Amino acid sequence: MIAAFLHHIMVLPVILPLITGALLLFIREHSRRLKSALALVSTGFVALIAAILIYRAQNLAPQADVYNLGNWPAPFAIVFVLDRLSAVFLLMAALIAFCALIYVTAHWDRLGAHFYSLSQFFLVGINGVFLTGDIFNLFVFFEVMLAASYALLMHGSGLARVRAGAHYVVINLVASSCFLLGAACIYGGSGTLNMADLASRLALLPEDTVLICQIGMGFLGIAFLIKVGMWPLGFWVPATYSAAAAPVGALLSITGKVGFYVILRLSLLLLENDATGLHAAICQILFYGGLITLIVGFTGILASQNLSRLAANSVLASTGIVLAAMGLDHPALTAITVYYILSSTFALAAFFLLIEPVERNQDIAADVLAVTMEVYGEDEEEEEDEIGFYIPATVAILGACFTLCAILLIGMPPLSGFIAKFMMITGLFWPQGPARAYILPNMQSWLFIIFLALAGFAQLIAMTRSGIRLFWTSLETYVPKVQISEIIPIAALLAFCFTISLAAEPVMRYLDSMAAEIYVPANYIHSVLGGAVEKGE
Amino acid sequence: MEIILSSGIGIFAASGLWLMLRPRTFQVIMGLSLLSYAVNLFIFVTGRLKLDAAPILDTSKAIDPATYADPVPQSLVLTAIVIGFATTALFLVILLALRGLSGSDHVNGREPY
Repeated sequence: MIAAFLHHIMVLPVILPLITGALLLFIREHSRRLKSALALVSTGFVALIAAILIYRAQNLAPQADVYNLGNWPAPFAIVFVLDRLSAVFLLMAALIAFCALIYVTAHWDRLGAHFYSLSQFFLVGINGVFLTGDIFNLFVFFEVMLAASYALLMHGSGLARVRAGAHYVVINLVASSCFLLGAACIYGGSGTLNMADLASRLALLPEDTVLICQIGMGFLGIAFLIKVGMWPLGFWVPATYSAAAAPVGALLSITGKVGFYVILRLSLLLLENDATGLHAAICQILFYGGLITLIVGFTGILASQNLSRLAANSVLASTGIVLAAMGLDHPALTAITVYYILSSTFALAAFFLLIEPVERNQDIAADVLAVTMEVYGEDEEEEEDEIGFYIPATVAILGACFTLCAILLIGMPPLSGFIAKFMMITGLFWPQGPARAYILPNMQSWLFIIFLALAGFAQLIAMTRSGIRLFWTSLETYVPKVQISEIIPIAALLAFCFTISLAAEPVMRYLDSMAAEIYVPANYIHSVLGGAVEKGE
Repeated sequence: MEIILSSGIGIFAASGLWLMLRPRTFQVIMGLSLLSYAVNLFIFVTGRLKLDAAPILDTSKAIDPATYADPVPQSLVLTAIVIGFATTALFLVILLALRGLSGSDHVNGREPY
């Protein structure tokens, strides 16, 4: 009974926000309390379910939990597949969405219509991507997520947002066309769109058909890399993220992670046993593309003249780190990469939420002036004799949150950002674990380590500079009014980072076994197709 | 038939790409539409070209799969058309908003110098 129940709650992360989002459309716009309460309850439930699903995935491992929609057998109909990888991402997305929704209740929901419905549909798309086991269904959920994100991005309207939104939509429509072309090639080549079925068939296909499938995978790869924002496909990232409203920025920071999830899932499932050299080539592209993204990101961080740009470029930098780490293609590193994704996503979401309260009452011209003054060395303003300097509580709290975000993003001890980067570097020296002999990393690993350190340093400079500018200025004109519902979600997101720092050992044990599991595609294939594989062969 | 269809897809895609790289919003949206036609035709063709073949099984006769058209790409293309249509409509609204806010139909919201 309970087992059946646990099996069925797997579809709820998709169904529940879908129903809630649809219901919210019928409630009048000015009963905001009710709307926000419903949306929060639904998202909270999704988070709770995701936590249960993590336990379930852990218990079932190395088998994945498979849900046949409509109870049709696996290769013919769409399946939902839950394993440890999807469960982790589900929980992460739900937690961030929950925090963003609390934040919205402060006053953001008044900026435009239907925010709560859109956020629910956004969640439907994201959760669907994490759960689905079918490539075309993946496309549909991607589109659901993107359609909601188009509207969310323009929440609050204004020329800057609409302009960034128009560019974002064009780029994503082109990416969707690539996705469709890829899916079509894969279907044309292999005759299936079920990921597990495809993975099991790839080895049996004749060579020219495999080539068609591989072209398809190339198209899919372009689509996902556009969404992730890898150089040279990621020029839209800074403009889009910095134009979005604060809670939307936090939500959008999940979309990139959806791309990481799909790349991890598909590249390991379809190409792990690949003999044609495609996997190696993809790893090279990911690695060097990631490195260049990282360089572009930290150059952008140094050049940023306001905090939203800084945050947007930090997204690029962390994208670069993740892609390069994926390109190194190592099970131990994969687990750490997912840990880094968790840490950086929470930190970036907190940072996006923090920017607006911090910059409230500040005029942007002063920011630009400050940076320009630093460049030209004209920083001697009139000396103020500061007798008795008092910091209001609001500023102190904001400053503390800012410092914590900075520590997390730079990767300074003791928080999770440091733990992740430290593990990445030790993982390269001791790939078998610290007890075994260490190896001298190859050239690629050295490049990665050097740029990882450089990126942290650039972040340190930029964050310190803006921190000084924002919190050590004279306070007469600048005491922002911040509501408690804006502080709570930021604190909660930082608390998640604390949690994964303190519980780094159990989290890593989970992620390590997850990485070991996804590096063996047979687990996934057997879970989905059951005995069908043996019968077919 | 193969030549006609594939060159048709190619012409659609090429004109779509060219229009998409143009600076005016109307050209961009026409380009996106043409590109999505190309993609939709491409999906349709992945089921192989067949004349006079139904995609739905006729159970009154003995079933020979070779005489039927592949129904999967047909349903896929239907989904893709619906989604593409919806997102294009959404994009049209965004472009109208951009035109209204900026007073220019350039994709960057301002006339080039």
